[in-house]
Amino acid sequence: MNDPAWIDAALAAARPQAVAALLRYFRDLDVAEEAFQDACLRALGKWSEQGPPRDPAAWLILVGRNCALDGLRRKAKFEVLTDSPPEEDVDEGEDELVDRLDGSHFRDDVLRLLFVCAHPSLPPAQQVALALRVVSGLSVKEIARAFLVSESAMEQRITRAKRTVRDAQVPFEAPGAGERAQRIAAVAAMIYLVFNEGYAASGGEEHVRVALCDEAIRLARLLLGLYVGESELQGLLALLLLHHARSAARVDTDGNIVLLQDQDRSLWDGEAIAEGLAMVDKIMREGPVGPYGLQAAIAAVHVRAPDAKATDWGAIDRLYALLETLQPSPVVTLNRAVAVAKLRGPDAALALIDPLEERLASYFHFHGVRGALLLELDRREEAREAFGRAIALAHTPAEAAHIRMHLDRLGGVE
Amino acid sequence: MLYAVFCYSQEAAVMSWSKAKEDDLMQRLATVQEKLVADGELGPHGRLMPTTAATTIRIGRELAVVDGPFAETKEQLLGFYLLDCETFEEALEATRKLARERESGALELRPLRHFVPGKTLA
Repeated sequence: MNDPAWIDAALAAARPQAVAALLRYFRDLDVAEEAFQDACLRALGKWSEQGPPRDPAAWLILVGRNCALDGLRRKAKFEVLTDSPPEEDVDEGEDELVDRLDGSHFRDDVLRLLFVCAHPSLPPAQQVALALRVVSGLSVKEIARAFLVSESAMEQRITRAKRTVRDAQVPFEAPGAGERAQRIAAVAAMIYLVFNEGYAASGGEEHVRVALCDEAIRLARLLLGLYVGESELQGLLALLLLHHARSAARVDTDGNIVLLQDQDRSLWDGEAIAEGLAMVDKIMREGPVGPYGLQAAIAAVHVRAPDAKATDWGAIDRLYALLETLQPSPVVTLNRAVAVAKLRGPDAALALIDPLEERLASYFHFHGVRGALLLELDRREEAREAFGRAIALAHTPAEAAHIRMHLDRLGGVE
Repeated sequence: MLYAVFCYSQEAAVMSWSKAKEDDLMQRLATVQEKLVADGELGPHGRLMPTTAATTIRIGRELAVVDGPFAETKEQLLGFYLLDCETFEEALEATRKLARERESGALELRPLRHFVPGKTLA
């Protein structure tokens, strides 16, 4: 208990719940955040003396609310009504609040907070930044580093996002079933964006990117903990766990991308894989299987293979075919083509993706996959052209380097 | 005499630990556990996966398989089993067999994240 790290962990764990409840009281993100900050400051003093309260979130909500009310009264030039510190009356109130927190009321609070950050009126980059700031409590500096922008630019982005959601006026009443389902879907998509920001970017500092992936997984756990039976939330968590489990093998020591087939599987995180697979088993048994569940099932087929050659491409092809019917998208077809190439050869795969050319003309992976298939068929000129287009569309130095490697190999022979 | 020890804590807080903190704690626990096994006092032990990986079988007139952990506070923990099954389906079937003989309560099925056989207990 003399290790102050437990307080940090307890504050971080309680944050979404506490900020969500404070948002309901004060109906303003800035006030709610500030109230939470004040409560945290008091917690640092009080908890290190007395140990943790029975329910840290309930404690922080009560103290935060009292702090903010004091502040509002002062601002309104009222008399300060109490001289006692805001945490004084918490002990009696805590039991009652703990009981109420167990109710669905509180679930809707947290969902509302997440939904505010995932609001459809916000562009994706603002959703991610707002969620990392408000729900996860990352500093503006940390978020700026993850996005490779200046701190002031990130500050502005978050301020703009807050203004947009304030204007959007997300209602504070408990949502109906349909509205709740829509909010859950929007939040799941936002969590996926947070993960992708950490996973796909290869600029920025390594530990910052891993932090984003960890944070997305934590948010997915939080949301699934609130809506335990939601198959798609299970799918989302499983998908993130199975992807993240491979992250140590995805980039070599020089920062180059290592394709799945070439990855050192001993570097994969066995515990994360075991958890992801356990979730996939549950999803496939319980159903209904949605897009996240199917993607998790595809990731599961990959990690279940002891080596790349043993991959069950037939299963992957079937799962992608299901995903195509559920969520038709040229990107899904492109992914399916990789399985088709393994099963029926590069000709069949090319036939599948050629019709996508128009829609995926500006998509890096389209030209990368196409180049690789052409190369397999020894159509070297066309391969060179495809790789050339891919390299022009690369988002990161690692992506560009990976394509450059193919081009160098093509050039070297001739 | 055999004794069982059950570990309770707030999952959300544990999930918020940094990797360094987690590794440090697990390392310190492992040291104590290894010593207890060597002393012949500690048998099988392990760590459960998060409650999100749980399935619960509710026992009533029929068995109801419910996604998620056992959440009632009015019932108490009375015993436990460790299963070794290839698939989730097999584990669920084994749990059903154990549930069928019961009249009430629930069995929560949760995969283990980590397992150490420890001392073979008499």
